[in-house]
Amino acid sequence: MTTAVAPTGAAPPATRSGRNEPKRKGIRSPYPSWFYIPAAVLFIVFFAVPTFASFYFSLTRWTLFDVQFIGFDNFVQFFQEPQLVQGFINTFIYGFVTSAAKVVLGLALALLLTGPILGRGYLRAVVFFPVLVSTIGVGLTFKALLDPFHGVVNNILGFFNLPEPGWYTDPSLALLTVAGVDIWKGVGIATLIFMAGIVAIPHEYFEAARMDGAGAWSIFRNITLPLVRPATATVIILSLIGGLREFAMIWAMTKGGPGFSSDVIASVIYKQYQAGFFGLSTAGNVILFLVVTAVMVPVSWFLNRREAEL
Amino acid sequence: MKSSSTRRVLLASAGIVALAVPLAACSGGGGSSDGKVEISYLTQSDDANTNQAKALIAAFEKANPDITVKLETQPGGTEGDNLMKTKLSTDSMNDVFHYNSGSLLQALNPDQTLVNLSDQDWASDLTDDFKAVVSTDNGLYGAPWGTSFAGAVLYNKKVYEQLGLEVPTTWDEFISNSEKIKADGGGIAPILQSFGDTWTSQLFVLGDFANVSAVNPDWAEEYTANDPKAKYVEEPALAGFTHGAEVFEKGLLNEDFPSMTNAQAMAALATGAGAQYPMLSATISAVQQDYPDNVNDIGVFALPAADAADTSITMWQPNAIYIAKSTEGDKLDAAKKFVAFANSDEGCQVQNEGGSIAGPYVTSACTLPDDVPDLVNDIQAYFDSGKTGSALEFLSPIKGPNLENITVAVGSGITSAEDGAAQYDEDVKKQAQQLGLEGW
Repeated sequence: MTTAVAPTGAAPPATRSGRNEPKRKGIRSPYPSWFYIPAAVLFIVFFAVPTFASFYFSLTRWTLFDVQFIGFDNFVQFFQEPQLVQGFINTFIYGFVTSAAKVVLGLALALLLTGPILGRGYLRAVVFFPVLVSTIGVGLTFKALLDPFHGVVNNILGFFNLPEPGWYTDPSLALLTVAGVDIWKGVGIATLIFMAGIVAIPHEYFEAARMDGAGAWSIFRNITLPLVRPATATVIILSLIGGLREFAMIWAMTKGGPGFSSDVIASVIYKQYQAGFFGLSTAGNVILFLVVTAVMVPVSWFLNRREAEL
Repeated sequence: MKSSSTRRVLLASAGIVALAVPLAACSGGGGSSDGKVEISYLTQSDDANTNQAKALIAAFEKANPDITVKLETQPGGTEGDNLMKTKLSTDSMNDVFHYNSGSLLQALNPDQTLVNLSDQDWASDLTDDFKAVVSTDNGLYGAPWGTSFAGAVLYNKKVYEQLGLEVPTTWDEFISNSEKIKADGGGIAPILQSFGDTWTSQLFVLGDFANVSAVNPDWAEEYTANDPKAKYVEEPALAGFTHGAEVFEKGLLNEDFPSMTNAQAMAALATGAGAQYPMLSATISAVQQDYPDNVNDIGVFALPAADAADTSITMWQPNAIYIAKSTEGDKLDAAKKFVAFANSDEGCQVQNEGGSIAGPYVTSACTLPDDVPDLVNDIQAYFDSGKTGSALEFLSPIKGPNLENITVAVGSGITSAEDGAAQYDEDVKKQAQQLGLEGW
């Protein structure tokens, strides 16, 4: 800013040439920064304070009526009880499966929808539409569709004499079924971001490659994929954070069942809260916070570092 | 320039007003106007409860024209439990509300959150068993609504007649009856389970408790005091878990048990598609509503113990109506009248007409009508022979919140019975510590 074009206005030239910041700040009034205050207050009151309060309460056992400090017992319990440990493992499975699928399918759909196909606008709307629908609505609808005995999907499979799996009643399938529905719902956002990334690649690269005789796969591998990396990073980060924290879809479809086979940390937290174990529930939230941070900080550092190299 | 900045100011102020409107609207609340008192009554949102509440309110308003009652509903089960606790602790509970008695009431911390009603006239009409489940050492808090009901095996009498079966008095007889139904029934499901509604999976464990008490009458006390002998991993209580696992392993369940709902199971039982269903007798109200001609096809027998001499039926105390401590003044008087009305002659009539008669009343103010469903007579027979016991949640304040999920896992063959029992003992530990009980 200090090397910008000479000012036309009132400020005396002497104060602008090469002087450092503090002097300029003194002349500039603090008035603009006052606009941050409402947002800052809301952020501190609704996000910062509860986060720090939760660090304290996770070390206690509290009903709503009294608090008892118990140290790390809640955390120990969280990792000892088999149903809670199962939820911990399931969270990672769920997060990585949904994220990977959204990246791959999102990119594939984006390539399709940025190409010269018929009804492109309509197809884009169709792909994006599930994102707009309520998660609970989607969950309940698919629960009805995937009903093992009365659902449409199994009736169709039965008509073709194919096996009819118990989508969300089979303990080994339940979590993946919920992940599948989540992918169906969330792939629209990934597609949107990838489309923006693909469209931002200058046409010259594609024309040059075609003139050099590159085939479609070559173009994809050598031009599209590297240049869409910022979009890939964004999609990975957003979908991984969302997947690790997902609650509504699991609750709507299985409530963590059957038994505990589709529990994730978020639904475990909610169950503890429902039972009135507020200290244990808060400890679960702290664990979720730490897990998501521990996963996302290295991932986003890795992705953004490689981006800077371009 | 000038007009666009004025327009921006106008838009901004319109936006602020639009934001403020919902904030102003949400500070609703009852109030009295023109001499009438308005109180609000909270009950569970399922059809049976809502319809009964509406009938009670209509009768009450007719008898008390200067009081209006507003009905509010919320989900039952675990979803509603923490709503109750939150509302009470933030003083935003409705004036009068309907909820379970026993350990669930204790979890609400009644001494601090509810109005003591021990001085009311109707309190002296209550059975001792019921008084015990709505009181603490410091007071009595609720008036009963509905009859007591049994947690036992509902069975289709026609299927039993058809196959020439007798009511079993031991567990082995129960299994052999079920196997006969499977072999000769022509597709009738011997035992119905409905894991689509997870709470129904608990009956093998909870409905067995009267048998446990028959073997060891002090079991509930020892359990509350963390006695190592009174645990679910040990007999006699382990039987509940092993039974649930056994019926799955022997293939005696209906094919669609993982996703069947309670309503579907009652329909199957009423129409004879299923023969036996471990369930609370209170669900007969669903049959009265949907299959009224089949109501008397359903009978009930107690979950059998290993030894016929121990077999007793497990009874649940009815829910009750409570008054929150935040209710004061005119509203408190109106609320007390409402609670007293529920156990007056007219209130009893509403209970009799509203269906859901599933056992004896717990107050001498109400008498059973003549046209009760047959299964009530089956239950009465157990009372006549002295073979009854209260469910554990009325004898101990501890009930682990994860039991329904554990019993689904055991009943689906995911977890073994011993593992499930051990998990539940751990789960109960959390609850006991949360309640601050001694010895845990």
